[in-house]
Amino acid sequence: MADAMREGTARGAGLAEILRDAGLYALVTLGLCIPIVSYRTDLSQTSALDLTPRWGVVAGLCGAIFALRLVQRMVLLRRDARRALTPAPRQATEAVDATPNAGQRISGLALPLFLGAALALPLVAALASGGLGPARYWIDLGILILTYVMLGWGLNIVVGLAGLLDLGYVAFYAVGAYTYALLATTFGLSFWLCLPLAGLAAALWGMLLGFPVLRLRGDYLAIVTLAFGEIIRLVLINWVDLTGGSAGISSIPRATFFGIPFTAGPNGFAATFGLSFDAMHRNVFLYYLILALALITNGVTLRLRRLPIGRAWEALREDEIACRSLGINTTTTKLTAFALGAMFGGFAGSFFAVRQGFISPESFNFLESAIILAIVVLGGMGSQVGVAVAAIAMVGGPELLRNLGFLKAVFGEGFDPNEYRLLLFGLAMVAMMVWRPRGLISVRMPSVALTQRRGVSGALVREGHG
Amino acid sequence: MSGVIDPREPVLTVEHLSMRFGGLLAVNDLSFEVRRGDITALIGPNGAGKTTVFNCITGFYKPTEGRLTLAHADGARHLLERLPNHAVNRRARVARTFQNIRLFSGMTVLENLLVAQHAPLMRASGFTVLGLLGLGGYRAAERAAIERARLWLDRIGLTPRADDPAGDLPYGAQRRLEIARAMCTEPVLLCLDEPAAGLNPRESAELTELLRRIRADGTSVLLIEHDMSVVMEISDHVVVLDYGVKIADGTPGAVRTDPRVVAAYLGVEDEEVEAVEAEVGLVLPSAGAEA
Repeated sequence: MADAMREGTARGAGLAEILRDAGLYALVTLGLCIPIVSYRTDLSQTSALDLTPRWGVVAGLCGAIFALRLVQRMVLLRRDARRALTPAPRQATEAVDATPNAGQRISGLALPLFLGAALALPLVAALASGGLGPARYWIDLGILILTYVMLGWGLNIVVGLAGLLDLGYVAFYAVGAYTYALLATTFGLSFWLCLPLAGLAAALWGMLLGFPVLRLRGDYLAIVTLAFGEIIRLVLINWVDLTGGSAGISSIPRATFFGIPFTAGPNGFAATFGLSFDAMHRNVFLYYLILALALITNGVTLRLRRLPIGRAWEALREDEIACRSLGINTTTTKLTAFALGAMFGGFAGSFFAVRQGFISPESFNFLESAIILAIVVLGGMGSQVGVAVAAIAMVGGPELLRNLGFLKAVFGEGFDPNEYRLLLFGLAMVAMMVWRPRGLISVRMPSVALTQRRGVSGALVREGHG
Repeated sequence: MSGVIDPREPVLTVEHLSMRFGGLLAVNDLSFEVRRGDITALIGPNGAGKTTVFNCITGFYKPTEGRLTLAHADGARHLLERLPNHAVNRRARVARTFQNIRLFSGMTVLENLLVAQHAPLMRASGFTVLGLLGLGGYRAAERAAIERARLWLDRIGLTPRADDPAGDLPYGAQRRLEIARAMCTEPVLLCLDEPAAGLNPRESAELTELLRRIRADGTSVLLIEHDMSVVMEISDHVVVLDYGVKIADGTPGAVRTDPRVVAAYLGVEDEEVEAVEAEVGLVLPSAGAEA
């Protein structure tokens, strides 16, 4: 009884405190709004500045911040109360044996759901937009996202598993693309022959990068890998005889259906299979091709994790010195991580070349590396599902923000969501890092279990230090 | 290399080992032997150079001078100072633990023990190629590795926690797990850097039991330890270092009464040793714990 009363008063005091806190937030918002939002300056007919007061907007913003903060504090209060009731939680181990939370319940369904959605996308898009032609936007977006999923999974081997911070991953993407482009345009080799060669070439460059950076850690490793990415790009620009310089390589042979070209002619894909010709057939084929490549990357990575080399990578991320004391050759372990990660980058690169039909060094700048790394970090280092979700959010998110017409209702008719999409996107990323600093999926699943596989909390897993 | 194997021949021979860091001579012309099947303790006050000797033996430092010979029971000899770091464990079969525990804290207890069996598993998986294709005997090898891990989990009493992250274990259990992990590499010589540090008396007793068991199974042990009760109880042989120089070498009983050892630990002039010995009634253990 007394407990309940005390709790009641504590709650009352908490409520007053929360209201005060939310009020403070609203006040700060007001302070920020006065110089920035409250007056709008327009050029009048006489070229003088007109001030249009916008106190309504200011009030709206302050009210919104007040309400948001109030809701946030209330949610946190309830969560804390719920946590206090839970008897002695084992903090570092995710309590999988207890009642699963919403996230865990979904994550069981996530894989089949993702796979199903990915497989069905071209069909659904075609049905929804009435034909393959109008569905082009969605299928191309799917291809773009899947390319980044694959790149993210490839980089995940280096950064997520082995804990080696690589800021120059796009170099291997470029090596793969140029290998295919050069082999196909010079020797006329087919895509299926060039694909493994591009992977091999990229793996070789991965090892080449690996050797000088073996002794480096952390920031120094990041800087050298960054420089490596730039070196590759500058070589591509300046070695005009081989790569065509900034003009790039054009008229790269397009993808064929295992030798059958996607043309309207009698030997084309459509005629061979008795379909009416549609230029979108090639895109659908490319979509499934990149889906298959990404799934291969995922399958290989998942398998590697269960092999000694995968465990050695993770052990290397956890503690390199302990690894050496256990007889693990850290040199070869690091080199294989660089080489395999690079190989998948190379595959993705040759896919990029065959899809675009034209490549130039412009496509392989540092921003690409940054995006791929952001996908891995945002997804949760080492988590395959997390990387896939992050790729969808990172690549699909900005696209989605193009179509945010409803924001006009909030910010007035003159609001163009296109101008703000990168800003909104940046905000979303900041929010992500505040709430989930270890990435979307921070739980590490062990590679082997004696009785029951239980997730390891991200708090215990190290990020690696180079 | 006569080919005739003397069972009592030393497993590790340290000859004229010196280690210099710039102007600091951390270890100076140190020679001692670790006999096969013995537990040898390396003791000395803080900063005496014990961990430096360990790092030289286990390949983390390259000694400035000296020779470190490790002899296997089959007569094979390895010059440790010439081997690369990881080969000291893989080829010469010297395993070690660390003063500040170095477990793979984000991996489970079982995974920690499997990482230690990297080399045989790597061979079984055809250096990843066969394992990736699902060919070869990798599955069987992994099962065997899990069995070996289980054996050690039973010995250190951590089987119920096999699937918990290593970083979640209490301190004493982490110490035992680190020893078990080192033992999973099937070493000829196990080097333990202060295994009893931070353990309560009951855990210390369990550790002593574990070390006896390891010795009985045929692995020689070299340990650095400050807890003199542990040292005096289980060592067959004690080497005492002070300022990088060996000052005593013998059985625990002999070392305990060695005036130079007492002087090193209590910090008195040689002439006063007798007086101090009488005063403290030769309670080296407590003196060691304070040192």
